[in-house]
Amino acid sequence: MDLGIVLSAKDNVATVIRPIAAGEKVTYHFGDIPGGVVAKEDIPIYHKIALRAITKGSDVVKYGCRIGAAQCDIQPGDLVHTQNLASFPGEEGSK
Amino acid sequence: MKLMGYRRQDGSVGIRNHVLILPCSLCASETARFAAGLVPGAVYLPNQGGCGLSKRDLEMTLEVFSGLAANPNVYGTVLIGNHCETVQAELLAERIRQKTDKPLEMVIIRAAGGAIRAAEQAARLASQMVRDAGQVEKTPFALSELILATECGGSDPTSGLAANPVLGHVSDRVVEAGGTVILSETSELVGTESILAPRCKDEATAQKLLAIIQDNEAHFRRAGDDLRSGNPAPGNIKGGITTIEEKSLGCIHKAGTSTIQAVYGYGEQVREKGLVVMDTPGQDIASVVAMAAGGAQIVLFTTGCGTPTGNALVPVLKLTANAETARLMADHIDFDASAVITDGKPISAVGEELFEQMLHVVCGKQTKAESLGFCEMSLARMCNFT
Repeated sequence: MDLGIVLSAKDNVATVIRPIAAGEKVTYHFGDIPGGVVAKEDIPIYHKIALRAITKGSDVVKYGCRIGAAQCDIQPGDLVHTQNLASFPGEEGSK
Repeated sequence: MKLMGYRRQDGSVGIRNHVLILPCSLCASETARFAAGLVPGAVYLPNQGGCGLSKRDLEMTLEVFSGLAANPNVYGTVLIGNHCETVQAELLAERIRQKTDKPLEMVIIRAAGGAIRAAEQAARLASQMVRDAGQVEKTPFALSELILATECGGSDPTSGLAANPVLGHVSDRVVEAGGTVILSETSELVGTESILAPRCKDEATAQKLLAIIQDNEAHFRRAGDDLRSGNPAPGNIKGGITTIEEKSLGCIHKAGTSTIQAVYGYGEQVREKGLVVMDTPGQDIASVVAMAAGGAQIVLFTTGCGTPTGNALVPVLKLTANAETARLMADHIDFDASAVITDGKPISAVGEELFEQMLHVVCGKQTKAESLGFCEMSLARMCNFT
């Protein structure tokens, strides 16, 4: 059974549906197209794992939309969360 | 599936055939309850307001209550007024007549000689309407005539991950067929400006969308609250949500991916086809009621924790992608979308199943909330100091 959910073909992260240990392979499908990535670190349930390399400053994409910018270079299999992802300037904090 | 509904004289199509007993104010609510108790085929909506209203609240109440009477699922309405309330029965009746020419009757409690006599009069009128409503035969109608309201409440990580995308699939199907989908809850659109504005059909629509989001934020600030700082909340972050864009995207996904055709005020009648936005609060019931006033015939409601919400006029079909919630709240949950998570079932496949179930409800299958008789009522207010 797949351990990751990918919501759009453009996404560069998957959401895992159970806790993943470092070294475990997270498989996923988008439509009929399968994919997989090996977790570089532990990924808690419902957290995001990088499917591809994402360079510092570029878009992290989920739901086919950018949800923020990579704060450092992200490798496939990395946990994508507050340590390496943040909102785009102007969209966080009070205006 | 061939869709069957009740064609109204104003051109709309209902999927239910209700006779509504509608109190103009809280002072008429108990009498309306008496009257409804005498007529098993009628429904009534409690009104907690209708008096002591600021100008904007009066306008909002008139808009919503006239919209509820005009809702396609309503055959006809009996208004009950006390006598002296801000929402005068004549005033409300006039607003209703601007929206529809469906059967409308009025009873004033003081003129009738008190609650018991007024309830008797109203019950007799409603009882006649119930008999007349029974003569309306169902006729075929097209999905393009459907207005689907979307709502989410009691969200958890499964909502944004599965339940809302599954509903989004249905929303896209309705829009593709030429129908209408309403996205609501303005406070949950905060942070999605850069995503939603380019999805609007033109600059004027985008400006209107940005304006309701700014107004909503300003409203919160006046109450000493701030929607952006501290959002996503610590609980969201612990659950795996990183940014406000991600959180809001999880919410708006339930309305699908199509172009935003129009932005409507609270309870305003929806005219455009396709995906539209309505300015409603995050409080689920007040949001559902406004979309019913806008003309929605059905609500699809996603939940993570499980909520009981129903509506007297509009079926509320509830779905969850949390398997535990589907089990514990089986009295309330109509559709279990948890296979997306537990079996890796594609969102499109589960979305198709939900679409089929929605069509059954459109054609008359009762939702759990309907079979329980749940009809929660809440109305947004601008000003509480009158």
